[in-house]
Amino acid sequence: MAAPHEPLLEFKDVSLKFGDTWALRNVSLTLKPGETRIVFGAAGAGKTTLLKAVIGLVEVDTGDINLFGHDVTSSKETDLFVLRARAGVLFQEGGLFDSLSVGENVEYPLLNQKSNGTGVLALGAAQSRAKDALRFVELAQTFDQFPSELSGGMRRRVGIARAIVTEPPLVLYDSPTAGLDPITANTIMALVAKERDVRNSASLIVTHRYQDGEIMSDFRYDQEQEELVKLGDGKDTALRERTKFIVMKEGAMVFFGTKQELEASGDEYVKRFVRHGDE
Amino acid sequence: MLDFLKTLIASFQDFLFLAGRSFRNIVRRPHYYDDVFMQMDIIGVGSLPIVILIGAFSGAIIALQMARALSTYGASSQVGTIVSLTLVRELGPVLSAVMVAGRNASAIASELGSMKVTEQIDAMRALGTDPVQKLVTPRLIATTLMLPCLTVIADVIGLIGAYLIAVPLLKIISASEYWSTSWRALVLNDLAQGLLKPFVFGMIISLVGCFYGLRTTGGTQGVGRAVTEAVVAAMVWIFVVTLLIDKIFVGL
Repeated sequence: MAAPHEPLLEFKDVSLKFGDTWALRNVSLTLKPGETRIVFGAAGAGKTTLLKAVIGLVEVDTGDINLFGHDVTSSKETDLFVLRARAGVLFQEGGLFDSLSVGENVEYPLLNQKSNGTGVLALGAAQSRAKDALRFVELAQTFDQFPSELSGGMRRRVGIARAIVTEPPLVLYDSPTAGLDPITANTIMALVAKERDVRNSASLIVTHRYQDGEIMSDFRYDQEQEELVKLGDGKDTALRERTKFIVMKEGAMVFFGTKQELEASGDEYVKRFVRHGDE
Repeated sequence: MLDFLKTLIASFQDFLFLAGRSFRNIVRRPHYYDDVFMQMDIIGVGSLPIVILIGAFSGAIIALQMARALSTYGASSQVGTIVSLTLVRELGPVLSAVMVAGRNASAIASELGSMKVTEQIDAMRALGTDPVQKLVTPRLIATTLMLPCLTVIADVIGLIGAYLIAVPLLKIISASEYWSTSWRALVLNDLAQGLLKPFVFGMIISLVGCFYGLRTTGGTQGVGRAVTEAVVAAMVWIFVVTLLIDKIFVGL
């Protein structure tokens, strides 16, 4: 595992073109434990491609991607499976296996990943860890249900449970709140912030909702009160600093900075993703 | 025309890659034994009723047809020989394979195709598990092991079906004569090709089903298309490969 000061993820000048359109254009970024990157951008700006490139689901044309100290771009597919197993992923629609029960879905990474050694982790141990993960997203009672019996928001929460069951140092979220009502969306983001603060994991979040970024930037999860608390202005500045915003346009990063910098930006395109307090 | 050939060769190449990867995964960790046993149950035990039914009917049909043809030559006593040769060499393996192709190549293609279009295959990869290892290899192992067993069962049931027609119904031959001629008709060559064929067909059915399933695109309609293509391709390959194996064994 990477040392605390070393980046978990590093993009160096990464580019990818689909035909004539840039999906990624000279993208560079780093992500350390406990840090958050919120990625905004219009549809087709390369946000999801960015996420997929992290774990080698798409091959990039040029540049280097380093994940947990391993080069993703030059790795073989069989080696990538081991790397991917160390990152948690939440898919846009949850990406749950519909023929498996909720419990089996959450157990899946534990029982099937090569690094966990199939069969080495006994079914009982996997089950109790899956139950813990489901308790984390407050859905322990759904263990024996099937994904089709759950609401969209619940499925998304099961997806989070599955993403974090292996306790990954890095979690990727693809539009965790897309298509959800504001209350459910806030519940989901509270879980994302909780996951970051309880385990000090790094998160890369692709989203359309400005509030998602606000929650990650302005709040922290208080383990004693068991709820999110708003960060103060004084000593919490360092905590604010760990959340940075990225705005993508046609594959390129057109903005990178903190929430304050984002709100102060004069760029017309960047401004589209900011919801100002008075609006 | 050239483009058509190019896509044809390209997809055959993809098929060979998939086949190579799934064979390699047989010896590679992790092994998903649970999935292998589950597939053996679905493919082997699940296909048993239909294979028994088809075996019994085909044996009975051959006996009926042959009894008439053979009687014109005064060779009705040969009915056991004919039935056992056609069943063991050809009809047992091919009919069982066609049944299993219709039943399981379609099931495999639709299952994997649905997973593909709902991005569950991508989810599998993202979760650090190899879809070929988790989905294709267990189906390959299960079908390849179960189809020869099903074929042997179909052969035996077919002989019983033919017996019921030839002995109690038409009374053209005695029971002991029927069983001894049908048994003595078989030589090692017949048994070898009768068992080699289902073994190869098992690989074809599972790999073709998985191949078309995994390359499904275009939503639910695409799944339907993948199923059709898988069944047609599996059946065509079954007949092509039968001819090839026959050619080899006739030469021996």
